[in-house]
Amino acid sequence: MTGRVGLVAAVVAVLALAALPMVAEKFYVQLVTKILIMAIFAMSLDLLIGYTGLVSFGHAAFYGIAGYALALLSPQYEAASVWTSLPLAIGAAALAALVIGLFVLRTSGIYFIMVTLAFAQMAYFVFHDTKLAGGSDGIYIYVRPVAEIFGWKPFDLENFGHLYYVVLALAVGVFVLLRVVLASLFGRVIAGIRVNEHRMRSLGYPTFRYKLAAFVFAGALAGLAGWLSAVQFGVVNPDFLAWHLSGSVMMMVILGGMGTLVGPAIGAAAMMLAELWLQGLTKHWQLLMGGFIVLVALLLPRGLLGLLTTRGGPTDSTRG
Amino acid sequence: MDLGTFFVQLLNSVQYGLLLFLVASGLTLIFGIMGVINIAHGSFYMIGAYLAWSLSGAVGNFWLALVVGVALSVALGLVLEWLLINKLYDRDHLYQVLLTYGLILVFEELRAVIWGNDVHAVPVPALLKASIPLTENLSYPVYRLFISAVCLALAGLMYWVIQKTRLGMMIRAGASNREMVQSLGINIGFVYRVVFAVGVALAAFAGMIAAPVSSVFPGMGGQVLIICFVVVVIGGVGSVKGALVAAILIGLIDTFGKVIEVQIGGFSVLPELSGMSVYLLMAVVLLWRPQGIFGKRL
Amino acid sequence: MAEPALETIALSRFFGGLAAVSNVSLACAVGEVHAVIGPNGAGKSTLINMLSGDLPPSSGKIVVRGQEVAGLAADRISRLGVGRSYQKTNVFLPFTAFENARLAAQSRLASSMRFLRPADAYREVNAAAERALAQAGLEEKGQVPVLALSHGEQRQVEIAMALATDPSILLLDEPLAGMGADESSRIVALLKKLSGDHAILLVEHDMDAVFAVADTLTVMVNGTVLESGTPEHIRASKAVQEAYLGGDEAHV
Repeated sequence: MTGRVGLVAAVVAVLALAALPMVAEKFYVQLVTKILIMAIFAMSLDLLIGYTGLVSFGHAAFYGIAGYALALLSPQYEAASVWTSLPLAIGAAALAALVIGLFVLRTSGIYFIMVTLAFAQMAYFVFHDTKLAGGSDGIYIYVRPVAEIFGWKPFDLENFGHLYYVVLALAVGVFVLLRVVLASLFGRVIAGIRVNEHRMRSLGYPTFRYKLAAFVFAGALAGLAGWLSAVQFGVVNPDFLAWHLSGSVMMMVILGGMGTLVGPAIGAAAMMLAELWLQGLTKHWQLLMGGFIVLVALLLPRGLLGLLTTRGGPTDSTRG
Repeated sequence: MDLGTFFVQLLNSVQYGLLLFLVASGLTLIFGIMGVINIAHGSFYMIGAYLAWSLSGAVGNFWLALVVGVALSVALGLVLEWLLINKLYDRDHLYQVLLTYGLILVFEELRAVIWGNDVHAVPVPALLKASIPLTENLSYPVYRLFISAVCLALAGLMYWVIQKTRLGMMIRAGASNREMVQSLGINIGFVYRVVFAVGVALAAFAGMIAAPVSSVFPGMGGQVLIICFVVVVIGGVGSVKGALVAAILIGLIDTFGKVIEVQIGGFSVLPELSGMSVYLLMAVVLLWRPQGIFGKRL
Repeated sequence: MAEPALETIALSRFFGGLAAVSNVSLACAVGEVHAVIGPNGAGKSTLINMLSGDLPPSSGKIVVRGQEVAGLAADRISRLGVGRSYQKTNVFLPFTAFENARLAAQSRLASSMRFLRPADAYREVNAAAERALAQAGLEEKGQVPVLALSHGEQRQVEIAMALATDPSILLLDEPLAGMGADESSRIVALLKKLSGDHAILLVEHDMDAVFAVADTLTVMVNGTVLESGTPEHIRASKAVQEAYLGGDEAHV
């Protein structure tokens, strides 16, 4: 979208979203909260897939690790603190991304897809099959984290309206942050890596560390989404790390339009709404969802956003 | 562990590894020759197992069920390739992953519609119900030996076809240079369709013969898929030889990991964390040789 | 001859049993244009790939500005001041010509791990990119995506990228391939101008250009050095005439 039009559209969208809780019922506010959290998750994956050219099929691992971090940091019947649990959860996700990245970034192409899935599955196993964290039942978070500064509570996450605004603010914040980072020196390097990594090395860039930085950054942002999800649902279970989730979020990125930041957000909304609608149609909605995914892969390589614009972008490059 | 138990576990490892090899070889062939990553490959294994259960129930004869099942799988593979897979050859791996992920959802739900979500057992065919005595209180099921034998035979057949026949030559040529093969007048589209159908059939057949020992359950496709990925990564993409070596290795590590006891600093590592052992092996291989044991240098 | 900026000593590369490059020793100093010529399959591209770090040698030494670099990765060699252009155009097709040059120039910053300040705000980098584009003759085409440029112009982008990294040593692999007469003479003039303060190793098939600009020629055949010396020496050499310049190719 061209600069001015895009900016106006963005502002209008944010204002509309900000007005939502005043006009809509609780169900819709909670639905949009969920969509916004998925949008953060999808944007973080787009940083890898659309901007760096790293097709990670294990992104749910970082989402889930952060969720579990919150659950494990939350005392049984008391609240954890937002100010400690959030940085620690994001830190855990980033650390996991660093360790996993050191292994998986030694590969590329189809290997990379497979090993990211395998490592995520290893993480799934740790939470599902060991007694570390409640096994397949997961862990309940009976009291949501509190945000208290010297006795003052700026917001109460038990209130779905407050939670909505916190999530909205964070989603907008992540969007703006990614915009800034992608326009920076680092952003240009990963764009170059995506188009022609060999040439980047030949120009003197030690590409491994940039890919690792992107991987860790994306993992941290996925962790933010995971923490928020855990807060919203009040429970964390191994499904947070399931490869089906990795597949879903990948679909969101592509459905919306990868290599753009708005695309994943649109994709998240489209996927969640499609899921809701299909679930209402039939018990066997996964069949229709699967068919939908197949059609999108075949017919919509540039996603929904690509239908709206004809602009050349990162998606127009030669096959990397 | 006494010698008898050791021998039993060894035979189990080899049998499990050979089954994995059968499934993984299809995956690695499809990628090596057509450049397509098919993550629905595990679903074919599941389809094979469910076919074995329902067909042998309907027909009453396990062997007939096998024949019919293989025929159906080949047909499925041909149709899939013709309709969908051949549109993926020049696409980015990302779209191949996405499309085949959609297929997984379709297959899983179709399975739920046709066969339900229950766990089933498939009886071992009467012909192979016996057990061979190994020691005075241990005996080994003939059926498991049959599985290993069949897998080995198929491995040998694959080797012969690929190395010694004209079709195999076309396959190998097509793998390295598609345009060249086409310009020589060879119908590369036909070759690809056959390869894909064979890959599907291999996975389904593996599911069929595994059914009597591993039971038939909804998550089996995803489970085998991920282990297959590990096999392919360790063995090297496109290398059938690598898949065999890696599969046996994994069979050994996984099987023995579940029965031996290892403690590190008072903390019980095995058999508790045996599920991780396969991934740890993969991590080691990634550090040492990221392209896999027999893979081409990345 | 001045102290060589780039030197190879008994450099070899084997693929299985085949010797693509065998026992090649040459040197190139700042102020010198050293052309490597030879028939197709002579090993020239393999040689250049070893010098730039794209391919590790099987044996032998490569010395760049006094440092041994054989087997080092391409990015480390580039940072030592070696710029490379490729025979098969190896640019960033979806980006503009300017962005190609800018990315190349950005590589010279101490670190690109900067996340907040916009890349476009680094004026010295932009200026270096503009200079490189102008040197390569592409001032007018900066805002055009490279995939929309003509083949010859894409070759110019290739050169601009090598120049934008401000190297002291240039490795040029058939820079003139696919260029028209005008573009070729511009590049030849550029090479003459650059030769003053760079060490240039040039692989080329265009004999007019080679004899116009080279100070030293090395003729390679079947992976080994057949003959090496001044243009006059090479022109006069019977061995070279038979092996390479022979019959129709005699522009001498």
